[in-house]
Amino acid sequence: MQQDLLIAQLQQGNEKAFERIYQLYATSMYGIIFSIIRDEKISEEILQDVFLKIWDNAASYDSDQGRFFTWILNIARNASIDKLRSKEFKNKRSDLKDYDFTEILETSNNASGKIDAIGLQKYIDLLGPVCKKIIDLLFFKGFTQKESAEELQIPLGTVKTKNRVCIDKLRANIN
Amino acid sequence: MNEKEYISSGILELYVYGALSESESAEVTRMLKKHPEMRAEVEEIEKALLRLSEAAAPSNQKLLLAPLKEKISQRSRNVPVRKKRANWSALAGWAASFLLLAGLFLMFRANSELRESLQTLQMENAQIESEIAEARNDAAKSRELLNTLRDRNILKVPLEGQEIAPEAYATAYYDDEKDLTLIDAQNLPEPPRGMVYQVWSLKMSPLVPSSIGLLNDFEEDEDKIFKLDNSNISEGFGITLEPAGGSETPTMEMLYSLGVITS
Repeated sequence: MQQDLLIAQLQQGNEKAFERIYQLYATSMYGIIFSIIRDEKISEEILQDVFLKIWDNAASYDSDQGRFFTWILNIARNASIDKLRSKEFKNKRSDLKDYDFTEILETSNNASGKIDAIGLQKYIDLLGPVCKKIIDLLFFKGFTQKESAEELQIPLGTVKTKNRVCIDKLRANIN
Repeated sequence: MNEKEYISSGILELYVYGALSESESAEVTRMLKKHPEMRAEVEEIEKALLRLSEAAAPSNQKLLLAPLKEKISQRSRNVPVRKKRANWSALAGWAASFLLLAGLFLMFRANSELRESLQTLQMENAQIESEIAEARNDAAKSRELLNTLRDRNILKVPLEGQEIAPEAYATAYYDDEKDLTLIDAQNLPEPPRGMVYQVWSLKMSPLVPSSIGLLNDFEEDEDKIFKLDNSNISEGFGITLEPAGGSETPTMEMLYSLGVITS
C-alpha cells in the first residue's frame, strides 16, 4: 500500500519520492548492472542513466503490466545489454568473458552496508550449480524461458518449476 | 487452477523477473488484485531477489545521490508544467485516497492476525505441493526409463573399469533401431571441476571412436542415467574424462571404463 503511494508520488514528479526509490533500489540495480558489465566505473555511469530514465519515464509505468521492481529491472538490464553491445565498450574490453553473479559473490568478501554477502554466499552454495545458472539467466541476464531452456539443455516445461524450487530454496535460506 | 496451484506453478517468479509475455503478465496482475495471498507471495519473491541482487553489487560502491538530484532538479526547472499540476480535483482525489487508506488500515489491522496464520499455512502447502510435483516428475521419468530398458531391442553392455579407476564401472544400454543409447553411470566417480565424462561409440578392428555425447551436469543428475543419441553401428563403448565441452578424440590415459558388444 505504502509502496503504491510512493510510486504515485514519483509519477507526479515528487523529488522526495525519487530519493526514497533510489535508496530502496539503487544497490539492487547496481548489482544487476555489475553482473552484466563487470566494470565498476561503467556500471556506476549506467546506474545514473537508469535512474534518470526512471525519473523521466515514471509516468509511463503502468502497474497493470507488472511490478515496479520488474519495470526498473528491465530498464537496468536493457541499458546494460545496450552498453555491452556498443562499439565503444567492445573496444575497451575485448576479452569479456561470460560471468555469472555467483562469481561476484565469491570474489567480493566485503559487502555493502546492509547485506552480509558472505552469509548470502553460504546459502547460494547450497543452491547447487543448476539453480545458480537458472537464476543467473532468468533474473540477472533477463533470458526468456525458451532461451534459458536452450542454454541449460533442459526441457522448456521444466524451467518454470525448476526455477520455483530454486527460489524457494533461496527464500528459505534468506529468511 | 486454484490459488495454491497457481502459486506453486512458478509463474509468479517469472512475473517478477519480467520473463512473461505482456498478456501473461496482465493476467497475473489481474489475479494478484483478486488474491491478496498471491500478492504477498509476489512481495516475498521480490524481497528475496532484491537481497540477492544487492549482494551482487561491488562492496566499495560510491552510489551518490547528489549528482543525480542535481540533474533531476535541473530537468524539473526546465519543465515547470509538472510542478503546477496540483489543482483542486487532484487535492480532492488525495483527500479521498487518504480516507480510503485510513479505512483500509483499520480493516487491515483487524484482519492481519488472521491473515498471517493463513499465509504461513498456505506457504507450507505450496512448498509441499511443489515437492510432490517434483517427486511425480521423477516417478514419470523412472517409468519411462524402465520402459526403455525393457524394450527387447536393447542390448546391455557392461563397461568395466580401467587402469585409472579399477573400481569404476558403467553400463550402456544400446538400441540400434531407435538410435539411442542409455548410459548408467552410477558407479563412476564424480568428475573433478572443469572436467566431464565423454562417451564414445567404438568400431573394432580398426578401432574407430566416435563421440556420442557428454555426461553433463553429472553431480546434479540424481539417477545418473544419461540418454544419448547414437546413430552409429556400435561394437563397443568407452568413457573418458575430458576437459569441459569434450574433445575431438578420446584421451586414452583418461579411459575410465570400456566394454565390447559380444553377441
